[in-house]
Amino acid sequence: MTTHGNAGTIKVQYYTFAEPPKELKLESGQSLGPITLAYETYGELNKEKNNAILVGHALSGDAHAAGLREGAGVKELGWWDSMIGPGKAFDTTKYFVICSNVIGGCKGSTGPSSINPKTGRPYAIDFPLITISDMVNAQRHLIDHLGIDKLLCVVGGSMGGMQALQWVASYPERVRSAIPIATALKHSPQQIAFDEVGRQAVMADPEWREGNYYGLGQPEKGLAVARMIGHITYMSDQSMEEKFSRRLKEKNYSFRFKTDFEVEGYLRYKGDGFVRRFDANSYLYITKALDYFDLSGGITRHPGRPIDTKFLVIAFKSDWLYPSYQAQEIVKQLKIRHADASYCEIKSTYGHDAFLLEAEEQTHLISHFLKKVYKDKEGR
Amino acid sequence: MTTEAIRPDHQVIYGIVEPGSRVLDLGCGEGDLLSLLTSGKGVKAQGVELSEPAIYKCVEKGLSVFHGDIDSGLKDYPDKSFDYVILNQSMQEVKKVDFVIDEALRVGGRVIVGFPNFAYWRARLRLFFKGKTPVTYSLPYRWYNTPNLHFLSISDFKEFCADKGITIESEYFLGRNRGQQFLPNLFALNAVFLITAGNNRKER
Repeated sequence: MTTHGNAGTIKVQYYTFAEPPKELKLESGQSLGPITLAYETYGELNKEKNNAILVGHALSGDAHAAGLREGAGVKELGWWDSMIGPGKAFDTTKYFVICSNVIGGCKGSTGPSSINPKTGRPYAIDFPLITISDMVNAQRHLIDHLGIDKLLCVVGGSMGGMQALQWVASYPERVRSAIPIATALKHSPQQIAFDEVGRQAVMADPEWREGNYYGLGQPEKGLAVARMIGHITYMSDQSMEEKFSRRLKEKNYSFRFKTDFEVEGYLRYKGDGFVRRFDANSYLYITKALDYFDLSGGITRHPGRPIDTKFLVIAFKSDWLYPSYQAQEIVKQLKIRHADASYCEIKSTYGHDAFLLEAEEQTHLISHFLKKVYKDKEGR
Repeated sequence: MTTEAIRPDHQVIYGIVEPGSRVLDLGCGEGDLLSLLTSGKGVKAQGVELSEPAIYKCVEKGLSVFHGDIDSGLKDYPDKSFDYVILNQSMQEVKKVDFVIDEALRVGGRVIVGFPNFAYWRARLRLFFKGKTPVTYSLPYRWYNTPNLHFLSISDFKEFCADKGITIESEYFLGRNRGQQFLPNLFALNAVFLITAGNNRKER
């Protein structure tokens, strides 16, 4: 029985706000406006408006989290289709699921490739630096627009998990539960280092042209290399062994600088695919937002105040990009604040990608967790 | 739920815990005890468990549980975070018992410890006459597959508490299906102690 795309055919929607002079104040001190957010929704918002779940996407994700995208030539499944839909972890017969593209992104929300109304040209690197907190503030406008006072849950993997944590930090009274997956309270030097190598690959490409490449073509080589590095960090030694081993594309070594190994072909394929769908400047902005993220000083700003949001923290054993000790740092903060929380380190060989691939285990944990939170409607 | 279905040690612990209290169960397994305490006594429950399949069972029951080992599960909690810390059938499996008991007493006002009695008469007979490592109802494992790292008797635990200045508030001794008060160190399969940090205990 296939349940692929059972969330239905989905139409992307847009919400524009922060029109000047009511621009969004950013963490950097700069302002941004107007802002458009591209978003999709799955399921129905109930009358009490207490069944809404906000899903945050990762670095290269977008608003298309589930179902089939309307109008797409090929049937394009959402990036978390295995988790969102009727009967799935985020059961759309019960819950109203929302996913929006982050600001700074390039999938319909305002980002460096959007037109700057002041100049009539793309912002490029005149776009202000944004943070996870800015992304969440923008999402809060969307949630207000949808008439939702309190979210049943905020969830996401990787950068999506950071958004879940930031929601609790920024708007604790508006989040009943949070599910941060394969994520951290802050980027470690190793994580920053990988991001910086990716950014340098983009910026070292002469096609980058100090960010002003719009209309001329992307810095494809640099962005592809950045994506190749990324993919290595999303897999594990074991998953690469299982997927590629040392298998060759041809019978023998070429003794030339060709793609001899399957793993090389895979990385090139992924890199080439990425440059067709992702804006290089967005890559720079979003990785910077990841690196700036730091809630290690406290998920809530008020010391001594307990955390009322219920938590389910998930990590994966073979994830070396966001190792489980980082999830345990989150748990540590929750313990100190007496939060009602669960934590599970799921056994998986997929590395960081596990949050996209290990649907069965996550479904088991998440569906029961949500059922409990939804049942305790009034909260504590 | 019928009382017959509830394990005797769980019944004892259920009797000890006051309604509405905050409870931390270290080595909570599939969460049977915490479920009982949550539904019957309205406690605010938190479990700690090492086994991943057991974590799924706990979450299924609507419990809050942390995946991890007991030895490192306590250190992040502030003092007196719980009214009760439970170490039922798990104390003998931790690496550093004295450290864990110390930490449990710091984190919880009262600590409930339940463990199998190694000095049970059948265990003594098996060792004495057969010269073999005891295998009993409460110590069902063989020497090569036991999760137990420590083997202790009721007398051992009382001596431990006396040495450490720990106060034993109450003690319960269990046979297979009910209490066993007569010569417990010889006839009890399991023991449950409610302990607190004694007054004469040195402040840490």
